[in-house]
Amino acid sequence: MKIVVCVKEVPDTAATVVVEDGQVTWGEAPIVMNPWDEYAVEAALQQAEKHGGDVIAISFGGSSSNDALKHALAMGCSEAILISDEALAGADSLVTSHVLAAAIRKIADVDAAFFGKQAIDGDVGVTAAQTARVLGWPALTLVSEISDLDPGSGNVKVTRSMEEGKQVVESKLPATLNLVKDFGEPRYPSFMGIRKAAKAEIPMWSLSDLDGELPASSVEWPEIMNPPTREVVCEFIEGDTPEAVVEQLVDKLLAEKVL
Amino acid sequence: MSNKIWVYIDHFKGEPLPASWEVIGAAKALAGEIGTEVTAMVFGQGVESIAETAFHYGADEVVLVDDPTLEDYRSDPYASLLSKVAGEGGAEVILFPTSTRGRELAAMAAIDLKTGVLTDVTGLEVKDGRLSATRPVYAGKLLSTVVCNTDPQIVTLRGRAFPKPALDEGRSGTLTKADAVLSEDDIATKIVEYSQTEGGVSLVDAGAIVSGGRGVSNNPGLTPPDDVSDEKEQEIWRAQQGFKLVTDLAAVLGAAVGASRAAVDAGYIPYSNQVGQTGKVVSPDLYIAAGISGAIQHQAGMRTSKVIVAINKDPDAPIFKLARFGIVGDLFDILPPLTEAFKGKLGK
Repeated sequence: MKIVVCVKEVPDTAATVVVEDGQVTWGEAPIVMNPWDEYAVEAALQQAEKHGGDVIAISFGGSSSNDALKHALAMGCSEAILISDEALAGADSLVTSHVLAAAIRKIADVDAAFFGKQAIDGDVGVTAAQTARVLGWPALTLVSEISDLDPGSGNVKVTRSMEEGKQVVESKLPATLNLVKDFGEPRYPSFMGIRKAAKAEIPMWSLSDLDGELPASSVEWPEIMNPPTREVVCEFIEGDTPEAVVEQLVDKLLAEKVL
Repeated sequence: MSNKIWVYIDHFKGEPLPASWEVIGAAKALAGEIGTEVTAMVFGQGVESIAETAFHYGADEVVLVDDPTLEDYRSDPYASLLSKVAGEGGAEVILFPTSTRGRELAAMAAIDLKTGVLTDVTGLEVKDGRLSATRPVYAGKLLSTVVCNTDPQIVTLRGRAFPKPALDEGRSGTLTKADAVLSEDDIATKIVEYSQTEGGVSLVDAGAIVSGGRGVSNNPGLTPPDDVSDEKEQEIWRAQQGFKLVTDLAAVLGAAVGASRAAVDAGYIPYSNQVGQTGKVVSPDLYIAAGISGAIQHQAGMRTSKVIVAINKDPDAPIFKLARFGIVGDLFDILPPLTEAFKGKLGK
């Protein structure tokens, strides 16, 4: 079987991200694989271990030192491919999904494409569904369990963790899956994996390597800014006993009319 | 069918999401500015009453598609139908609530209709005849303005970011019925099982939230029963006692229960309760953080709450910088009397 997993590099979640002189900066914080994508890589590796086959990590954008792809290789992916082209700078989700779909078609004979829920930088959260739509594949989103993925019969059965409850869905393959944290902890890269990833030459595909027409971007981001500062001074409530403290708090909250 | 602004009414098993009505409210405001009316789309089976309610909240027209293939939401039949009716109907703007279904449908419709999609928008205005939207990025650490240069402009609105319009039960409009686009044989997915999450108020819709963090397990005074001997099990047992206090307070306030990532990763409470950058982003009127220090990832998920209350033993905890009211103390001492005091004042 062949699974493609789509990954992205982002600033670490602990980063203090601010806008300085119109530019987004995150100081010294490291660039890492988007945390949601780690669940997708883990899920893909588990399927490959079960059925045999390859997990190919692809990433759109950035340089050949793509940290998300290095991390995917270190976790155990068999191959990594970077798709990067200056002509694609500023791509919106419409373009991104067409680029990923074109790469998945080029890789060929793919049984499933795995994604994280969303990237923690743009928080757009549409890539899995849009790539599925471009490919004409069903999109299985919010997957927390893969009970049966059988490339032989061409069927997959998953559990989805929705806001309202859990849903078991059967679908035909190929399909796109987007994985959520309920799936379980992603593995740490092994020592051998890290060595392999450090030495790996990651191939880069540019626009000319991909077939098909790409649409133009529709979405523009005219302005990015720091959010208004929260102008609040904490009023510490004190008292001789917990009862005396909470009494004051309850009165103050009722006065704020937030209940 | 020549209205320019269309909205998708999201429901789950016939129960409309409150955020759907907020979307009608936002659509009405835009329609007033550009001189058009609002068409709402209601898809499902046996959902005619939702169409009625959509009129009551301000829809001028409802396109109702009632079909057995639409009984449960599935992305392919819903997206194909939505793209067809809104595309042929001449929609210039399509608004959705940012539920998982709304986001997914908006994404797919954007591919079908060859246009852009702006998700999780918290502000919307008309500039030179086109939409200018504001949306949080980096989990709210930054804000961005976004525009979509092609029609239809597809936008999903964050719940609780736009006011819910008044209900007018005397209001009516034009009901148009249409047919489903895909037959069952054309649909690649089947829902074979469903189980509802047990009780509780949904975090994203909640007007009030009580959250617990790592501190819920921090009570050496509690003695676990003898059969809980393993150190990790004892820690989890302690945490469960702490979360019981959090849940009791939430119950009195009609609030949802949240948690920090630290509490989720330590196995104290399921991931579905996590508030923060890799959990849920919430914006209630009242957010009570108990035993949460306020890591930047947690702040990203709750910083737009209207009033924040922090209860923490450490007076230097960063959470106090966001808080309107703070209590320096042990949540095990504070939460029980707080719950009792609210019971008394709220007459419960």
